[in-house]
Formats: sequence, structure tokens, C-alpha cells
Amino acid sequence: MDWLESFWLTYSTLVLSVGTNILLALSVYLTLACGLLTVANAAFMGIGAYTAGLLTVHAGMPFLFSLFFGSLLPALVALLIGRPTLRLSGVYLAMATLAFGEVVRILILNAEGITGGALGLNGIPQLTRWFDVALAVGLTLYVLLRLARSRIGRTMRAICQDETATELMGLNVRAYKLFVFVLGGALAGLAGALNAHFTYFISPNEYGFERAVEILAMGVLGGTGSPWGAVIGGVLITLLPELLRGLGHYRPLINGVVLIVIILYSPRGIWDLLHPARGSAGAPATH
Amino acid sequence: MLTLSSVSKNFGGLQVLQDVSLTIPGRGIFGLIGPNGAGKTTVFNLVTGLLAPTAGVIEFFGQRLSGMLPHRVTRCGIARTFQNIRIFKEMTLIENVSVALGSRPQYGALSVLVPSRRFREAERRETELARDLLARVGLADKAERPAGMLSYGEQRRLEIARALATEPKLLLLDEPAAGMNSVEKQQVMDEIIKLGESGLSILIIEHDMRFIMGLCGEITVLNFGRVIAHGTPAEIRASPEVIEAYLGREG
Amino acid sequence: MFPQQFVNAISLGGVYALFALGFTLVFGVLNVVNLAHGAVFMLGAYAALQAALYFQAPLWAAILVAVACSACVGWLLDKLIFAPLRARHAPHLAPMVATIGLAIVLTSAVEGFFGAENLRFPVEILPADTLSLAGVRVTWLELRIVFLAFLLMGVLLWGLKKTRVGWALRGVAESPKAAALLGVNVEALFRVTSVVASLLGGVAGVLIALYTNAVFPHMGQPMLHKGIAVVILGGMGDIRGALLGGFFLGFAEVFSVAYIGSTMRDAVAFGLLFIVLLLRPEGLFGQAAQRRA
Repeated sequence: MDWLESFWLTYSTLVLSVGTNILLALSVYLTLACGLLTVANAAFMGIGAYTAGLLTVHAGMPFLFSLFFGSLLPALVALLIGRPTLRLSGVYLAMATLAFGEVVRILILNAEGITGGALGLNGIPQLTRWFDVALAVGLTLYVLLRLARSRIGRTMRAICQDETATELMGLNVRAYKLFVFVLGGALAGLAGALNAHFTYFISPNEYGFERAVEILAMGVLGGTGSPWGAVIGGVLITLLPELLRGLGHYRPLINGVVLIVIILYSPRGIWDLLHPARGSAGAPATH
Repeated sequence: MLTLSSVSKNFGGLQVLQDVSLTIPGRGIFGLIGPNGAGKTTVFNLVTGLLAPTAGVIEFFGQRLSGMLPHRVTRCGIARTFQNIRIFKEMTLIENVSVALGSRPQYGALSVLVPSRRFREAERRETELARDLLARVGLADKAERPAGMLSYGEQRRLEIARALATEPKLLLLDEPAAGMNSVEKQQVMDEIIKLGESGLSILIIEHDMRFIMGLCGEITVLNFGRVIAHGTPAEIRASPEVIEAYLGREG
Repeated sequence: MFPQQFVNAISLGGVYALFALGFTLVFGVLNVVNLAHGAVFMLGAYAALQAALYFQAPLWAAILVAVACSACVGWLLDKLIFAPLRARHAPHLAPMVATIGLAIVLTSAVEGFFGAENLRFPVEILPADTLSLAGVRVTWLELRIVFLAFLLMGVLLWGLKKTRVGWALRGVAESPKAAALLGVNVEALFRVTSVVASLLGGVAGVLIALYTNAVFPHMGQPMLHKGIAVVILGGMGDIRGALLGGFFLGFAEVFSVAYIGSTMRDAVAFGLLFIVLLLRPEGLFGQAAQRRA
């Protein structure tokens, strides 16, 4: 199996990145599917990455524990800020979560004693193996697919289309929104924790505005009709730069062009091309 | 069963409702009428918890509703439809009703994770319940269609089916006959009479006088946020305040 | 020291306000979060720079070139991206993702063409003389920046208040459907808005480039961050909010660097922003109700 080994030597980071990006895309799928435009997942990813990284490096914790706490802490933070923040809707929610993300990034940047500040956190052991990522992705996908097919998924779609009507049908909309926000935070944190343990080095700027925008693009590009959309989005955004490697200088340019072309051709994401939404024309109302 | 005692509501400087007292004693069909802007929909919004009263108390079977979150109000047994129909256009009829059934779930959240027999049974039961409700309003044959494809009158009936899914004791209908032709109106009237006979209490906001007079046993009239008259259709027709409120507008 | 800082704050604030105005116009009228606004800003700077370098254009001409370029980009942006997406009733996040793509395209194109290094304006073009006004040393450059910024803002505000196009624009921002029913050519107005907004961004780019004498491909990014912060604080889609927010940021930056120190400055800004949003989500001036129809 020589070719497998040499393949892995060259492409391991890429494959693992595909996995963690799928997790990130799934984390944003959850909130987008409810019609919530939250951009906080990059910050949650950062919290997860630093938590897990610090625990492994400084506290010598076993990998699984680091992963666990890497998912738990962002979830707790999400729980804390979720209640007041989710009262906002539409672009205001996006902006508030964006501001939150910046606050997190700056806090990490300035807590030099703990996090290493701008110099980042170095020397994180490369503990993530392909089956950790595969397991995480597989499990998450399974859970989300089952959720989507259940009454919880139906309620989420209903919330996306008309929050007030859904609330008046006896459903606790606030609780549902908080649930997807917290779960999304945990997933993003897990992705960050896994990612930290194969990139060896993390720094605050990796979890800022650019990352948040990238995660959002994955979600929108793939399509929010189904968790599979997130998978498509995650794979595409990760692999596209690689596929275009041969183009050298023009790579980011073509990257951008492809993004534009896809959105123009299928504004509701690639999943929508494969499984067009039923019903009358026009997007669901999102406040 | 439902009492509003001296309920007032103002938005900033705008006094929308003033000292409104209203009682729905029990079974039957009741009407709430008044010129445009009289505050009728605000009453509904206050009862269902979308708004909080500035003053006064709202009670349902003796329980205070003021301050309760909307979804709790629904679970207490009050359901409502909207003036501009708010169904989920992108979902099928069955799905629309199923969402409403979600407030009384047939299975717990964790069992979602395993495709167990209990889960499948529960989902099947829910689908059946949804179909029954659709049949009740005469939409069973269109169950699998996307809701956006229904005619206006059918959409209104879907809304009612959805409201019924929450097993209400009191049904609030906000202009159920709006935008309909006389055939559709008659259908809706028959629908409402059937619902009334099945033991449901119904409070209707409407502009169509014939509709209201033909259905309701008791009518309350609002004008500029105040109650100006209350009584049987005959009494209301004869009331000078009501006549002035409506004719005064046209003058 | 204080009066000097004051002048700096006004010039910086004016540029921020211009940039924020462009961003908020596109949001208020087209209901799109234009994440390519930073790239247009950068293009304006490069256009002016190239005019100065290769055509030895005087300052005013270079600025005009920047204006023309950014206006073109704004026109293309609406024609090629926003309009087709509107026609297809795309979900409102779709145009935003498209602008992400456009920003990448523009930034890498410029980087490919002109390289990633920091470029400077030729010395001859920058007026170096200073004035002494009431004991404050002000450069001609700063004066011109302030003048131009205020001129543009003034024209825009006058246009919105007094001209038919301005009224139509405000009507469309309120409700495109209602405006269309009143006979307004909504599509044309969307295009005009995109042109004007990009123009403002491009001019802001030139002005900042002159102020800092630094032009590089990624200069749009930090500006976009700040623009978003300004617009959130002032209220999305609100003109006054963008103006006041821009000046507020200018002052906050200049004075906090002087008195607090630069690292925690951003944290304070965003922390405040977050709290303001929780207490008053519409920002200081925005309208809470999102646009209907």
C-alpha cells in the first residue's frame, strides 16, 4: 500500500481539513435552516481550538478529554449569550454575532499569558487521525439527518418560514433557536479542537472575520435544504483551491469566480439544484 | 371562560385599546366587530400573548394570561388564525398540520436518534392525525400538495385545520371570510357552524355583517379602542351607537 | 496636542463616514450586505495611484479617475450580479456570498497585476505644505481630504433631501413594491445606488491612501471590518447613523491610540458594540422594523 502512504503524506492535512470544514458547515446549517443568520461559529471554533490545545499542551490531558472540553466550552458560551442575542432577528442578529466574534478574537489576542497572544499557540501534538474526524463527521451527519426527518426538523423549517405562526402553534420557538445555536457552537468547537491537533499551530486571526465568512459561504453554497448541502459546501470550499493548484497565481481569482458563478447559477445552493424545493416560487420569509 | 377586565393597550403615545371588558362565557360563536383600526386584531394579539396589556387583566378559565409566552397560551387551549393567512407555503398540507401537532409530541426528543419501531409508529400516528384534521376541513384529497398551490379559500381552511391540531377550547378567527367570494364564504360559514356544534367556543373578527349576524349569538362592538355595544345581533343592528360608528365613517 | 488630534480625527472620521455611507446605502436600498465594498475601496486607491504614476496626473485628476473607476465597478456589480439575483428571487444571503467571491477576484487580480507590496504616491503629487491655523499645524492634504469628504457627504444629503431621485431612492429603501406602484423605475434606482455607493467607497480609498501614503491589495479588509462596525453602531441602512458612526470611530481611534493604547482599543469598540446591540438592536438611529415587501 505504498501509494496510500505517499498519498497520505502529501494530502493528510487536506483530507482532515475537508472533514473539519464539513463539521463547520454542518454547524452553520443548523442555524441557517431555522432562518437564523449567526456568524459566531468562527469564534466558537476558536474557543474550542484554544481550549483543547491548551488542555493538551499545558495540562497534559488525553486527547479525547481535550476534544470533549473543546466542544463543551463553546456550547456553554453559546448558552450564555444565546438567550439575549437570539432575541434579535435578521441582519441585526448577524451583526451582533459578528461583533461577538470580534470580541472573542481580541480577547484571545490580548490574553497573552494564557494563549500566547499574537504569536499563537505552538507545539500542539498531532493527535488527530483520520478516523477521529471521520467518526465525528459520521456521527454528526447521522444525528442531523435524523433530526431533519423528525418533528424537530419540521419545526425548524417552520420557524424559518414564519416564527410567529410557529410559536402560536404551541411550540417554544425560543427553546428551539437556543438549541440549534448551542449545538452549532459545540460542533464548531469540536471542529476547532480537531483542527488544532493536526495543524500544530493556531493563532487568533484564524478565527476571525475571514473564517466566519468562509463558514457562511460553505453553508450558503452547499444549500440549507438538507445536511447534505453542508457536506457539499464544506467539500467544495476546501477542495476548490486544491483543484485549482495548477493555476498558480490565478488560483484565488478562479476561486472567487467559481463562487460567483455557482451562486448566480443556483442562488439557493448546490443542494437545491439536485433537490429543488417544492412549493410556490420565492424564498421562504426570513424576517 | 375568557374574560378581559378593563384591558388597555397603548403603543408609545398611541392609545389603541381603552378599558375594554369582554367575556366569552362558554360554548358558542361570538363576534367582535368594529370599523377598521378599532383595535380588534390587537385584542387577539393580547389574548394570545404576542403583546402585553398596558393595564387590565386577561383570564382564561380563571388562569391569568397576561405575561404568558405565546406558545404557553396556545397550550392552555387558545388557537388562532390570522388576517393575512400565514401558512407555510413551501410545505405540504400534511407537513403544515404536523408542525402544529408537534406541540403535543407523540415521541420524546431522544428517540429521534434511533429509527426504532416506536419512532416510526409515532410518526405514522402523527401523519394519520394530520390526515384526519385535513379531512375535517375537507382538504384530505390535497394532503400531499404544497400549501402554496391551494386557492385562497382552501388556504384558510388549512389554517383552521392547523389551529385545530393544537386541541383548542377556544378558537380565535381573524377575518376568516376576507377576500372570498360568496361560495367560499358559505363554505367557511358552514365550517364554522360545524366547529361550533362540536363543542368548540369561537370568537370571530369580521367585517362582513351578514357573515357575523348569521353566525354569532353574541356580538361585541369596538370603536376607537372602546367597547361601544354588546348584545345579540338584533340588539346590535338597532343600537344607535353602532349605526353612528359605521355610518359616521362613510359620511 | 489636542487640536492636532482633533483635525486628524475629523479627516479620518470623514473618510470612515464616506465608506460607511456607501455600505449602508447598498444595504438600505438594495437590502444586500456588500462584502466587496472593501475591494472597491482598494480599487479606488489603485486607480488614483496608477493615474498618478503612469500618466503623471495631478491630484484632482487622479481622484476623478478613481471616481470613474469605482462608479463603473458599481454599475457592473448591479448589472451582472445583483440584478440577475433579484430576477431569480434569490434568498437574501445569495448576493452577499457573490460579493465575497467578487472581493476575492478583485483582490487577487490586483495582487497579480501590481504585486503585493506597499506602493506609494509619487512625492510630487502630495501637497506637503502645511498651514498654521489658530496654532494648529494642518497639512494642505488633510484640508483637502476633509473638504472633499464633506463636499461629497453634503451633495449626497442634499440629493436625498431635495431631488426627485433622492426621494425616489428613499421610497425604494422603504418599500420597493410600493415605490414601483407609484411609477418609480426601481431597477434603475438600484443601479444608481450601486454606482453612488461604490463611488463613495472608491473616493474613501483614495483619501485613505493619500492620508497614510500606502496602497496595497488587502487594504480593503480592515476597512470593511470598521465599516461594518460603524454601520452596526449607527444603524443598518441609516444615513445619519453612518455619518455619525464614521466620525465617532475616527475620534475614538485617534483619541484612544493617544490615551489608551492601541491593542485593547478594538476590544473596547467591539465590546461596546455588542452591548449596544443587545440593548438597542437597531443601533443608535436605525429603524427596528425590517423592510416589508
